[in-house]
Amino acid sequence: MHPAVQGLITIIVGVGGCVGYFYLSNQFLDKVLFPARGPNAGRNITRANQIRPWLFLFPAVFALGLYLAYPVFETLRLSFTDRSAGGAFVGLDNYSQMVSEPKFWEAMKNNMLWLIVVPAASTAFGLLVAQLTDRISWGNIAKSLIFMPMAISFVGASVIFKLVYDTRPAGQDQIGVLNAMWLSFDGGAWAVLFLRLMPSAILAAFAAFMLYGIYVSLRPLLWGEAERGGGSWWAVPLRFVVALGSAWLLWLSANSILSLFTAALPYGEPQTWLTIPFWNNFFLMVVLIWIQTGFAMVILSAALRGIPEETIEAAIIDGANPFDIFFKIKIPQIMGTIVVVWTTITLVVLKIFDIVFAMTNGQWETQVLANYMYDKLFRANDWGVGSASAIVIMLLVTPILIWNVYNARKEMR
Amino acid sequence: MSSIAGKKSGLTWAVHLSVVALVLLWLFPTVGLFVSSFRTADQISTSGWWKSLFTQEQNLVLRTAAPDTQRQEGALYVIDGNLFADNDASTDATISVWGTSSRAISDYQPGDTADMGDDGRLTLQANGDYRLENDAEFSGRRGERVFVTAQTPPQFTLANYEQVLFSGSTTDSMARAFFNTLTVTIPATIIPIVVAAFAAYALAWMRFPGRALLIAAVVALLVVPLQLALIPLLRLHLGIGIGKGYLGVWLAHTGFGLPLAVYLLRNYMVGLPRDIIENAKVDGATDFQIFTRIILPLSFPALASFAIFQFLWTWNDLLVAKVFLIDATGETTVMTNQIVELLGTRGGNWEILATAAFVSIAVPLIVFFAMQRYLVRGLLAGSVK
Repeated sequence: MHPAVQGLITIIVGVGGCVGYFYLSNQFLDKVLFPARGPNAGRNITRANQIRPWLFLFPAVFALGLYLAYPVFETLRLSFTDRSAGGAFVGLDNYSQMVSEPKFWEAMKNNMLWLIVVPAASTAFGLLVAQLTDRISWGNIAKSLIFMPMAISFVGASVIFKLVYDTRPAGQDQIGVLNAMWLSFDGGAWAVLFLRLMPSAILAAFAAFMLYGIYVSLRPLLWGEAERGGGSWWAVPLRFVVALGSAWLLWLSANSILSLFTAALPYGEPQTWLTIPFWNNFFLMVVLIWIQTGFAMVILSAALRGIPEETIEAAIIDGANPFDIFFKIKIPQIMGTIVVVWTTITLVVLKIFDIVFAMTNGQWETQVLANYMYDKLFRANDWGVGSASAIVIMLLVTPILIWNVYNARKEMR
Repeated sequence: MSSIAGKKSGLTWAVHLSVVALVLLWLFPTVGLFVSSFRTADQISTSGWWKSLFTQEQNLVLRTAAPDTQRQEGALYVIDGNLFADNDASTDATISVWGTSSRAISDYQPGDTADMGDDGRLTLQANGDYRLENDAEFSGRRGERVFVTAQTPPQFTLANYEQVLFSGSTTDSMARAFFNTLTVTIPATIIPIVVAAFAAYALAWMRFPGRALLIAAVVALLVVPLQLALIPLLRLHLGIGIGKGYLGVWLAHTGFGLPLAVYLLRNYMVGLPRDIIENAKVDGATDFQIFTRIILPLSFPALASFAIFQFLWTWNDLLVAKVFLIDATGETTVMTNQIVELLGTRGGNWEILATAAFVSIAVPLIVFFAMQRYLVRGLLAGSVK
């Protein structure tokens, strides 16, 4: 049978089956099981109405249970078994084998890098574009163009960026934009400005932001105002963790500034960007940032529009300049939305697979967890370790899951 | 607002310029792929795509026709023709300067005659027409070498699209993959909508114990990575005889799309006016009638939002198709997978890669620009709550 015909039949059977199921089961409930007539009419109506919600819910609950809830537990079980030993229970063997593999730690390290860089950069760019386009006449066109990569598949985007990163041997005309730009630098004043001063300025801004983060998170502890910050028992350790993380990032960025100035850059030589260890991760991240910025921009733009005008007018009357208005009036009011955007992009990053698979397939130290898992499951055929790494991804997602459920329940009350 | 803010015009200009810069930065990579898909393999590999939009100066080494095409005009032996046509080069080029030796490639202007001694006298016009005369008979097997500097106007071709869409070549053809993707996408978009709509109605407007718990479960399942589902579900599919194939991938996409569908639709339906529904109940409508006659038509915007999400997601998906659909024969390959394979087998053939990628991107882009309104609405409903 031709797949298109099969598809058509599936649509008809699927949709018709669903509608038929809902219609017939309701009829059955009302006419046969609990008919609304006879001596028990009133009680029958009540009973039918108690059962009806479950008729409506059954297909969805069944599919959700089978396709999402059950696999979580089944994967957990599989991660404790060994396929080659006939599915025997092996305890934590798969996990200990996994943590002994350098590739796993490479994937973990890269995933952490992705988790910091991509949400931060996407949200920052999205916020920047949202703010800039907010009050200009052709803002909607600009937004729509920046939003466009959202429609492009990760694989398509990978091809697009492979062309950007393409390398030709020295002496030939470069067809990748990045190499063409790179070769136009010769170590002169422009190169110093664009390759040393500008990145250092960005890193310095980031370092200052981290410093501010440390200050904000430790301020209540240093000045003994712990009771003001909610006073929950977990607030103090959380503040320390945030401060430690910021300090680590501060140290990293300070280090990078130093190496930016001391590094000898190979001017005039075409670079194969995707094979430079460590930095190639960033070239892969650019692809996802390029896609996700549009998403962040749409959400944050709506949030910026939702800010009450009075607060801004009041600030202007008090003599605030545009930067004060943005950082001290607008940002605090949309902080909740920023967190939502950040967590949503974090979820995408945790599952990132296609980009790495299509561009480097984890070679040259670009492995990430999802691709590591795919490798284990379908190339090495090792379901135990594969499931174990899937569970690691699940564990990383869990805090966001709990946070989302907590917020959803808070809203419903 | 801007008048109250008292923004200086300098700042406004800075805003306009930075937005222009950002938009160009964001468009540049995609435009590169688009332009490249209209260029020949030679053009792509010899110059950056950004140069193809302008007239280019190229240094070419071309040959006149071979001596066996010579004819006699009185006492003269003559070879004539067009340099570009004789060398299968682009015929629109214009010669600015030329020469007969690799050390002096710019000795002559178009229309000049070069005296090459025993080898004859060559007259070359700007459009490539040449006339080579000699008093003695030409000998040898190959023609004279001519070094020309030519201005080539932008040139584009549709040959790549023909190769990718209609050639039927087993490695390059995207035609089959295109229809396979369509076959995966349409049922995988429609079925979850129907299933989710009923559930969303129950979660929004019916009272029963455990409702809050179910909503929380949907929110939780929203973020469960589908990586966890791969092995258990593949085992399940193999176990109950579905195997790898369309049915499996439709079911998988339905399952993975449901949490978002239920969540989006429920949030939308909860916001519908209570009066309409209660009036209908008073008039004796059953829940089934309320749902099909009132709720479904009113929920069209939310249904459209989810349909676009699911369409884009299933069309662009690689992982689910690789696991649940594509078997060893490769008959059921989808476009994303085909492109990844092309990256492996034809990594250097940018004309094929760019065209194939653009064919797969085109449909989502059309959907995106046509229905952007609903996509934005869905995004806002899905994340800002």
